[in-house]
Amino acid sequence: MDLKDWFASRQKRRDTLVVKQPLTTEEYCALWTSCFQCRELIYTRDLRANNHVCPKCQFHFRIGANQRIEQLLDTDSFVEIDRALTSADPLEFKDTDTYVNRLAEAKRKSGLNEAIICGTGTIDGQKLALAVMEFGHFGGSMGSVVGEKVTRTVELALEEKLPVVIISSSGGARMQEGILSLMQMAKTSSALQELHKQGLLYISILTEPTFGGVTASFAMLGDIIIAEPGARIGFAGQRVIEQTIRQKLPADFQTAEYLMKHGQVDLVVERGKLRDMLAKLLTSHSPNKNQTKHPVENQKTASSRR
Amino acid sequence: MPAPEKKPAPLEFEAPLLALSGQIETLEKQLADNPNPDLDEDVRRLKEQYNHLRQTLYTNLRPLDHLAIARHPQRPYSRDYFGRWDPNWIELHGDRKGADDPAMVGGLMQLDGMDIMVVGTQKGRALRDKQQCNFGMPQPEGYRKALRLFRHADKFGFPIVTLIDTPGAYPGMTAEEHNQSEAIALNLREMAGLTVPVISVITGEGGSGGALAIGVANRILMLEHSVYSVISPEGCASILWRSADKVSQACQAMKMTAREIKALKVCDEVIGEPLGGAHHNFDLAADNLKKALARHLKDLVKLSKEEVRQDRYNKFRQIGVVA
Repeated sequence: MDLKDWFASRQKRRDTLVVKQPLTTEEYCALWTSCFQCRELIYTRDLRANNHVCPKCQFHFRIGANQRIEQLLDTDSFVEIDRALTSADPLEFKDTDTYVNRLAEAKRKSGLNEAIICGTGTIDGQKLALAVMEFGHFGGSMGSVVGEKVTRTVELALEEKLPVVIISSSGGARMQEGILSLMQMAKTSSALQELHKQGLLYISILTEPTFGGVTASFAMLGDIIIAEPGARIGFAGQRVIEQTIRQKLPADFQTAEYLMKHGQVDLVVERGKLRDMLAKLLTSHSPNKNQTKHPVENQKTASSRR
Repeated sequence: MPAPEKKPAPLEFEAPLLALSGQIETLEKQLADNPNPDLDEDVRRLKEQYNHLRQTLYTNLRPLDHLAIARHPQRPYSRDYFGRWDPNWIELHGDRKGADDPAMVGGLMQLDGMDIMVVGTQKGRALRDKQQCNFGMPQPEGYRKALRLFRHADKFGFPIVTLIDTPGAYPGMTAEEHNQSEAIALNLREMAGLTVPVISVITGEGGSGGALAIGVANRILMLEHSVYSVISPEGCASILWRSADKVSQACQAMKMTAREIKALKVCDEVIGEPLGGAHHNFDLAADNLKKALARHLKDLVKLSKEEVRQDRYNKFRQIGVVA
């Protein structure tokens, strides 16, 4: 190549090169996240790699439903149901703004149709029915759609004889659907009664925050109840309790650890270890498990196979 | 359980009625002293006007007025109904785990020839009684007591009637420590599995999860002036309007009156009350309700155990509106 060609090709390379714009302030800030608890500045990419748990103080950041599914289930195993189901406005509710407007705003913010994602998937190859609540959508509140989707998830599990895992994160029942929201507590619990009767496993996972009508229905009905460290879980909010009893509450009141101390949850499990814990529990509760446990049973199946 | 000895205390919206009845009283006093046919005619006309006003007033109540009647301190409570239905009813006590919550009462009785289990929330009447009953807000132990009675009824085949009049489950520190949420949740699940008919009646305030915890029933009845809501209107106003004085708007927006709840297909029947509210005539209110209960029970006892359970499941399965 002669010198001319060399210059030409260099110019070409330069033209195709993407020139990096300097980061905007927002983008620059997004690179770092300040921990809510210990104020440590964490490189966001590190935080993400650590399941959104502060590497320094183990504070568990709130995460969205999709992230949870990604963390817990085998890759690409999730099959969503009722994705399109969305809220109506049966009460034509209006406070300082209409429910319809608030719904639209919630959808825009969360990118979801409702405050819960449901479906089936596998953990270490074991199939389960899964419902994951999204606090980022309307405060994770339970209206007709959340109630309906939880119920359908349980019904699906009944049909296919699957264990159920529900991950809760909710402010409670959705006021804008009035009495219909309250009745979802009964509806979901009724479905869980069927599950209970059929002897299928239900693991309830409580995450920051779980309150009100959700705690007082399906969230507290798990055969096994797991809470995330530091998550606040309760029936009534702290402000309401303080106003009622007119005294200060202990600092750790209604935290996962406090609940454990009072016998309300089985386990407090760090986010990073949750998947393994679920895998273990699913294995130990799997219906075929006992056949391998009891030698007599084993021989029988072995002989019948022959 | 005496009937209210005092005249029912008037509510705010009843002021025009009160003024009119005051006028009639003074005129009648004058008449008693010196009879006068002209005045006689006036009194008669005033009385007519009074009755007319009473009728129109009570048929055009705002949600806030219904709430006021539902919360009237002289309104009949569970014990008032139980005692009138069967003066010899047997009260059963305790959750068998260490407590007997006075805010939740229950026992066995005969209603219209049928042996049934009754369970209801209880507000107190006098101050000390009120405090003991925690103003009708049960502790977790109250719900566990109710559950024990439900299970007893299920075992021996007694139909269950529950009366609900509570501001809600008690929001206290020990209530949380004793797992209020689980107590309510477990009742919801276990009630769904009962094989005996269950009828729940909202007799006053149906306050949120604390009301529903004894309300998973085959039939939900509501007294004419009772209300049923997902959160107290005060709570709703302070959260959504960030102002405690928007209670009226909150009442209206939540659609919590008996008729509205029936329109939403949650309530099955609205039971009429004596004019002005159940507190004007305990006996009549109790009798009205008893007749309605007997009618529904007669229908429900025809169902088999499995049909009863399925009927209840279907009732709640279809509640909710989705798009």
